[in-house]
Amino acid sequence: MSTTAERTDVLVIGSGFGGAIAAYHLAAGGADVTVLERGPWLESKEFEHDYKLGSSYTRAFDFTVGDGMSILGGNCVGGGSVVYFAAMPRAPRFVFDRQGSIGRRMWPQAVSRETLDPWYDRVEESLSVTRQDWNDVSYAGGLWAAACNHAGRTANPLAVAIDNTKCVNCNWMMAGCRFEAKQSLLVNYLPAAIAHGARIRPLHEVQHLSRTPDGSYRVHYNVVHDDDYRLQAGSGVIEAKIVVMAAGAGATPVILQRSEAHLGTMPRAVGRYFSGNGERLNTAIIDEAKAAELFGLDRGDGLAYAANQIGKGPTVASWDRLDGSLPEYSRYSLEQLYFPPGLGTILAQVPGATGPSWFGKEKKEILKQWTSWLTIFTMIEDDNEGVFGPPPATGNAHRISQQMLGRGNLRYDPTKNTLGAWAASDAEVKEILEKDGLAKVMPWTNDLVGAYTVHPLSSCRMGDDPHTSALDDSNELRDHPGIFVTDGSSVPGALTVNPAMTIAALAERAMPGIVRAAQSRGISVTYGAPAPDGSTSGRERVLPLLPSARG
Amino acid sequence: MESELRDDNERGAPAGDIRTMTLEAYADTIVPGQKRFADDRAIAGVSTGGGAVQAGALELLQWDATGIHEGLDDLVRLVNEHALAYATERRLAPDPTVPPFVALDYPDRAALIQRLTTPGHPEKEFWVLLSLFCNMAFDSAAHLNTAQAMEDGHPGLEAMGLSMPDADGLWRFKDYSYGREFARLHPDTTSTGSPA
Repeated sequence: MSTTAERTDVLVIGSGFGGAIAAYHLAAGGADVTVLERGPWLESKEFEHDYKLGSSYTRAFDFTVGDGMSILGGNCVGGGSVVYFAAMPRAPRFVFDRQGSIGRRMWPQAVSRETLDPWYDRVEESLSVTRQDWNDVSYAGGLWAAACNHAGRTANPLAVAIDNTKCVNCNWMMAGCRFEAKQSLLVNYLPAAIAHGARIRPLHEVQHLSRTPDGSYRVHYNVVHDDDYRLQAGSGVIEAKIVVMAAGAGATPVILQRSEAHLGTMPRAVGRYFSGNGERLNTAIIDEAKAAELFGLDRGDGLAYAANQIGKGPTVASWDRLDGSLPEYSRYSLEQLYFPPGLGTILAQVPGATGPSWFGKEKKEILKQWTSWLTIFTMIEDDNEGVFGPPPATGNAHRISQQMLGRGNLRYDPTKNTLGAWAASDAEVKEILEKDGLAKVMPWTNDLVGAYTVHPLSSCRMGDDPHTSALDDSNELRDHPGIFVTDGSSVPGALTVNPAMTIAALAERAMPGIVRAAQSRGISVTYGAPAPDGSTSGRERVLPLLPSARG
Repeated sequence: MESELRDDNERGAPAGDIRTMTLEAYADTIVPGQKRFADDRAIAGVSTGGGAVQAGALELLQWDATGIHEGLDDLVRLVNEHALAYATERRLAPDPTVPPFVALDYPDRAALIQRLTTPGHPEKEFWVLLSLFCNMAFDSAAHLNTAQAMEDGHPGLEAMGLSMPDADGLWRFKDYSYGREFARLHPDTTSTGSPA
């Protein structure tokens, strides 16, 4: 390791939504930007349809088992956007007034649906988010909509960041989109950031931060082996005037915990208040004859459904419970989803099992009906129960397998509120799908890896109260000026919908403030870049809100 | 336990066989298959068609990419110890010529794995991990290239009914939608398709 640290104006940790958006705006504004990403940099042609360990699926995806909660997330340049399913709803209005476990509003006063809407607009433009129609909806989504309607519910095709002209409905989104149909950050913010001079270094895992005498930061990283992430291939340090942390809600607080010895006391909320976005899954085994009889379903080849393998993740959600007049912990969305074999099969339970419910003879029988499975994803309001224990030796997990599988230190013991909301949503999924014999339904077991989330949130959250939030309303880490957090860890609590849109909007919202902080530290940078493709209507809406931001 | 078994002439099974038979019996409990030959002891034979063993569970477990490979000897020893204790508790008389876990009938093997994977069991994490990889051998063939496994008639992928990919190993579905309006939209939907 060199004794002289490299220097950059802005060091961004992580290249998912929070990191890519920051890298783009700061580079486009004139700052010298370096991005450290702990995962590999995969190009579209490297995205494979292959479950073999070592394929793009396991290289780009991380599964971190905790105590009571397991986190699934991206681990590559582009972060979660590479492996996510591109559902991009805005969070409903009531979410911003949630009180959660603290008995008063969790969100900063400055953030509401109304104040966030212009930033949602920017993201919608930048990621080409479009409202789907019924012709875009997969067989699985259509079946879910039909079942909802049959049970007296509404159902909505989702807004998504997918170019349907390129999509082949292969359902391999979690391994990266080979066809560039999914509007991951690899096709918008990141190439635009690079065009403006940002440097992205893959396989660089940040371990901790320290401070220089002049108030800048030194970012300490290990280089990760490109195939076997258990191995390290070096280490280094980069010095930066501003640090933007966006390593994901499962990693950002761990880096900060490890930095405490060097930076001084961290805000109390670092590594607390973790939310799994209230996520829960149910698997239904559809009676094909009933699907044909009840809804007249016909794929044109004699099959009513049998289409679990076909589609593009979630396409339809039921939002009847997203009603702000209902009490907290009773509001949730129910969304059709696809989950690949492996992770998506072992936790599924046999309806009415007489023996073991998640393995064995009866489980094998339902695996034989896999094409007739319909997966329903529930997002309730959880209680921010998650707390991170002491950091592991490196990274955010002790890595077990060469890729993908690790053991982390997150503990999550669901409260009565969370358990009650899961039970209520399970009962509703069952009611909808078992009506008139359409299906047999069981929730996934939480006995094996605890609860699980594909949308980790809130472990370094923003708020107005220093006791219960780690960031102020500009995403700056309390008592550590010049460190900003812009990933899912900044979101105060569960959103009842897919959070990517909100994470991205909050990151967009944070940018003018980060630019101002950079300017005050002598960096020559301005705010005001258009969308990555040059579109300007989103920018035109937010600029009037920021009269002094253009430097 | 292993050396004990190896040294006992009556039991006859060499260490390698003990390890293989025990892991096969464990994998077969997770996803059962049919016996490969008449006196197949590892596979309980409670199901037709291939199970985790035929799907390649041992190949996957012994691959260093999993990270579980180095712990397999310990897991074999432990599960046989647990099986002996279980047999004693249930007053069973296990056949001494095979490892104790293999000597259990399928319902007892399943009951023991249930016990080992129940929240609160001190070794739960290891048995869940072992079970996870056994399962993955069957339902995602994580030790094989997926397109090739499909081509070769992998028992798990075939049983689950995955369709064949195109010639380039990629899946594409031309037909994917009923194209029907199945439900009313939520009344509070914004113009861009979000909840209000």
